[in-house]
Amino acid sequence: MTFNRQTTVAYMETGERGRVIEIAGGYGLTRRLEAMGIRPGKKITKVSSMLMRGPVTIQVDGAQLAIGFGMARRILVELESK
Amino acid sequence: MGNPNVGKSAFFSRLTGVRVIISNYPGTTVEFTKGYLKLGEEMAEVIDVPGTYTLEPTSKAEEVATEMLKDGDLVIDVVDATNLERNLFLTMQLLERDIPVIVALNVWDDTKHRGIHIDVKKLEQLLGVPVVPTVAVTGEGMKELVTRIHEAASPPVSHRTRDERWAAVGRIIEQVQTVTHRHHTWLEHLGDASVKPFPGIPIAVLVLLTSFMIIRFIGESLIGYISEPLFNNLWAPLMMRLSEFLGSGGFLHDILIGKLISGEIDFIQSFGILTTGLFIPFGAVLPYVLAFYLVLGFLEDLGYLPRVAVLLDTLMHRLGMHGYAIIPTLLGLGCNVPGILATRILESKRERFIVATLISIAVPCAALQAMVIGLVGGEGWHYVAIVYGTLFVVWIILGLILNLTVKGFSPELLIEIPPYRLPSARILAVKLWMRILGFLKEAIPIVMLGIFVITILYALNVFDYIANFAAPVVSGLLGLPREATAALAIGFLRKDMAVGMLGALSLSANQLVVGSVVLAMFFPCIASFVVLARELKLKGMLVATGIMIAASLVVGSLLNLIL
Repeated sequence: MTFNRQTTVAYMETGERGRVIEIAGGYGLTRRLEAMGIRPGKKITKVSSMLMRGPVTIQVDGAQLAIGFGMARRILVELESK
Repeated sequence: MGNPNVGKSAFFSRLTGVRVIISNYPGTTVEFTKGYLKLGEEMAEVIDVPGTYTLEPTSKAEEVATEMLKDGDLVIDVVDATNLERNLFLTMQLLERDIPVIVALNVWDDTKHRGIHIDVKKLEQLLGVPVVPTVAVTGEGMKELVTRIHEAASPPVSHRTRDERWAAVGRIIEQVQTVTHRHHTWLEHLGDASVKPFPGIPIAVLVLLTSFMIIRFIGESLIGYISEPLFNNLWAPLMMRLSEFLGSGGFLHDILIGKLISGEIDFIQSFGILTTGLFIPFGAVLPYVLAFYLVLGFLEDLGYLPRVAVLLDTLMHRLGMHGYAIIPTLLGLGCNVPGILATRILESKRERFIVATLISIAVPCAALQAMVIGLVGGEGWHYVAIVYGTLFVVWIILGLILNLTVKGFSPELLIEIPPYRLPSARILAVKLWMRILGFLKEAIPIVMLGIFVITILYALNVFDYIANFAAPVVSGLLGLPREATAALAIGFLRKDMAVGMLGALSLSANQLVVGSVVLAMFFPCIASFVVLARELKLKGMLVATGIMIAASLVVGSLLNLIL
């Protein structure tokens, strides 16, 4: 097992895939993200990000979610090795 | 009940035959709707509720859903089969409650081409409640669901923590679902492309321009080829006969026909109930309302609107809202009432206040727009552009100001983006019909009542009195003739009618521009006023109204000075 680079959803490149490690936020944020399918262990793919710290779009299972930049910065991911 | 955008409203509509607005974005339904379903000999009351991800609400619309749960005897849990894992969390929460549940595995048709296989029998066994695959849009599986409603059960599940619930969901998914890899369809490629800055932003500009062109083309064609010929060639001669029959004058004549303009009926200027009163809603406004809702309905059902929200999010944050506020705003361009109602999909009170206030000030409804295009457009298209440009600038500046002054915080965007779906002609047609019917039901009585009241007030010289009183503001600041006071006052009832009254005053082009802008911004019409009061409570509504009056006077005076 190689060491995979860790980053946050906000700083992933478009098209990169990764696994959620942790949500570094309070109860409210964790609960809301969880309810929409973002939990530790989930595999996600970055679909797009807007300019000027705009929202980022990711794919989780069958759904696409748009997440504000600030929230996206709190979702830690481990990138899939290429 | 179920997650947002899983097809609850389509489902409800199929079960009860009650027509409700159905779209392809989360948060279409913000209120509950009741209907009835025949179950054997009994009639069961069915309630359509807004979608929610969990039983702990985060927006006003979600609150409505969780509140309704307390009153129900049975829950039909509508689950999106293409998103089983996430949807089952809510199912788990529902099973913990002491209420019988039946699960509808909706959007079943999509699972096949998405490479998702679900073992329904196994799922049923693990959940302990009936599970029926359905496609609400086409009606597939609905019969089976209805016949199995009496099997709905409340299995003995004790209350669990969130982690335990997710673990339970995980175990179920492992046993019932297999996903095979498959390639993107062209709709999915298009979906991904339209949330990227490039080509997303050029696509959005193209969509916007095309929408405007289509709306104008349909609206103008309907007026030019259908409504105006009908009124001028068929209705006018009939009304002239009636006019002669009534003796070409007198009180009844004034109310029904209005004034004759150089011996003829003028559908804008005569102002009788049967002339202008019918022409404004049917002849001038309906064509544009129809065109607008046709285009909006298509974009809604395709699933485009949430993508606009993503593209505009950064800009909207500067104005104190997040991107999803564009949905109430776009609905407001049709009619402010559903626009203000749709602010319920927003999470914070502050954001709801800002969006609702901006809609009622700077977002003109289709009825007003139709009249402005008809009237101001006659003077030249650049005047129409000034009206729209001014309102847009007001929207931006007022948003900036409200963002700096209103207390509280506006949360970040967190939305689900639905897949693109090809709109169904049937759902589009039903939705268009409902919206048009809604417009006519509201517009016709108020326009007719308004004309009745105006005629009487004119006869009693009341407007003269008001005009004297308001002359310094109307003439001094806005540069309008004192007679325009009556039009501004009538704007409270209906704005389209008020613009019609301005049209009867033979104003200069610049005065028309000022009048239209002030009418659009000034005081909401009575219908939006009522909704505003309900959604913002009395205090919020009073503040919003104060902002409106102040802003409209400032902008009107500025325009008067510049033009």
